[in-house]
Amino acid sequence: MLELDQISGGYGQGLTIPDLDLTLHSGEWLSLLGANGSGKSTLLKLVSRMLPIRSGGVRLDGKLIHHQSTQKVAQQMAVLPQQQTLPAGLTVHQLVCLGRTPYQPWWQWDLTPTDRHKVTLSLIQTGMLSFRDRPIEQLSGGERQRAFLALALAQDPKVLLLDEPTTYLDLRHQLELLDLLKVLHQDHGLTIITVLHDLNLATRYSDRLALLYQGQLQSLGTPQQVLTTANLAQVFGINASIIDTPVGLQICALSANAHPQNTPSDLNHARG
Amino acid sequence: MPHDKLNLSSTRETKSKVLRRASIIGFFAVGLVATLLLALAQGSVTMSFSEVWQALWHQGPSLNQTILWELRLPRIAAALLVGAALGMSGALLQGMLRNGLADPFILGISAGAGLVAIALITLNVFLAWLPLAAWVGAVLTAALVYFLGHSSTGIAVERLVLGGVAVSSLFGAIQTTLLLLSDDGRIQAALNWLIGSLNGRGWAEVTTAGPYIGVALILGCLLSRVINVLNLGDDLAVSLGISLSRSRFLIGGVATLLAASAVSIGGLIGFVGLVVPHGVRLVVGNDYRWIVPLSAVGGAWVLTLADLLARVGAIELPVGVVTALLGSPLFIWLLYRRATPFQGA
Repeated sequence: MLELDQISGGYGQGLTIPDLDLTLHSGEWLSLLGANGSGKSTLLKLVSRMLPIRSGGVRLDGKLIHHQSTQKVAQQMAVLPQQQTLPAGLTVHQLVCLGRTPYQPWWQWDLTPTDRHKVTLSLIQTGMLSFRDRPIEQLSGGERQRAFLALALAQDPKVLLLDEPTTYLDLRHQLELLDLLKVLHQDHGLTIITVLHDLNLATRYSDRLALLYQGQLQSLGTPQQVLTTANLAQVFGINASIIDTPVGLQICALSANAHPQNTPSDLNHARG
Repeated sequence: MPHDKLNLSSTRETKSKVLRRASIIGFFAVGLVATLLLALAQGSVTMSFSEVWQALWHQGPSLNQTILWELRLPRIAAALLVGAALGMSGALLQGMLRNGLADPFILGISAGAGLVAIALITLNVFLAWLPLAAWVGAVLTAALVYFLGHSSTGIAVERLVLGGVAVSSLFGAIQTTLLLLSDDGRIQAALNWLIGSLNGRGWAEVTTAGPYIGVALILGCLLSRVINVLNLGDDLAVSLGISLSRSRFLIGGVATLLAASAVSIGGLIGFVGLVVPHGVRLVVGNDYRWIVPLSAVGGAWVLTLADLLARVGAIELPVGVVTALLGSPLFIWLLYRRATPFQGA
């Protein structure tokens, strides 16, 4: 479905991701995990074309995405960025209508009946139909995320990339959003990649986890395979115990290790 | 059937929206036509509407015919073209740069056109070529600003704006130096051009720049849907399949073409491109598919009205003075209104 083939890239001249391979199966939910600065958001930005790839390639359905028109790729892959710009006065309906952009040729002025149907459908799927005429700036955090999710769904994508979708939400809204994604994942076979900070939520919802450490793939597999005390100590620098709970494996962090990344040379560097 | 109900309610909503938009378009159309009629009739020689009608059909006193066909009509046509170009150019740039302070001259167009025009006027050379030279100066300067705004990752909004500011102040300094070194008579002519005037514009200017402005107006309308997407931020725009560099290049290019053509006819007429899109936004909301075309209509209307005011007084004022005098208080009022919470479109 989605193959990352020895990709490298990053901000400016630096290579946050030096060389990385990863294959995603169709209908799979993969979470990218890692400490701050491990390159998980950068990786998502490389896949979603927000950052240029220095070398290697990303294949979607076997075709290199950087060789296709950006509009064609947008018909298959949608992104929910971490921070959204809110244009003043834009209503939920207007926002979601923009999700049909990948299907509109340059001369098309308004939506077709098919477009309208898809927009209504994605408003229903996200439970945002009753909010359709509300300006997005007046929505609560959870409603706002659902509105932007509806925008992404209106693209009718096969792959959905989400960059820390739960960051600004309280616990209940975190669970609501992820449950909604789970329904889309199970009922519509949507392939999902999420960058998540919360290990326990990632473990609970994802089919597979990818642990990143300093831009490298440290471990990849099911939560059972990836969640080991050794991995957690190495990647996050924590002592943790792994507990079997009614919602699957969960982590209880016990203490922070002396951080392995803060070598003396780093400290000197920080002092400048 | 819940689905049928849904369709029904959305059709009803669409109908009320269509009605609302039709009334907005009607408002602009009536305002524009009324202003046009007034502009045809009023001036240093006042005509009645029946006299205007006669003269339009080449009947009645030949003086009236000459005034109408050789003086008023071309001047009104010039005002319509320049106003439409400035209004749409401002709307395109405000949308693309996501900045309410953007106006047609932000990318260095005024500086480039101004420098070339002042150089020709103060040195007293090639004056017949002034419109074309100003146009070339504007386009070249905008190209330079685009070059400065371009980096390895594409065209960044901040770099574009900063590039425009830098080039404008450099060219402005050279322009001021040229003005200081020239004799008094030349300064008068130069100032008139810098403030912007439609005095004495004839069919030649209109037919030269008209086709370019017409094509650019159509292109601008076609690009307005993309601006809506660009307003969601770079990340989402890319995700929705928009090429940032290409769309910014096209939108900036059309806006430059419009502003440069407007400048080549009327000089540096300010405030129309800044204020009109804000006014239109208050009326139609924030959908650029409506803001962009209606800013062209609104710009044409405002400039025709301003030019009418400029020429009915005891002494004729340059139209740029009128737009600035009217525009500044209007802009302050708009800012004040924006401070109150937005009530939806």
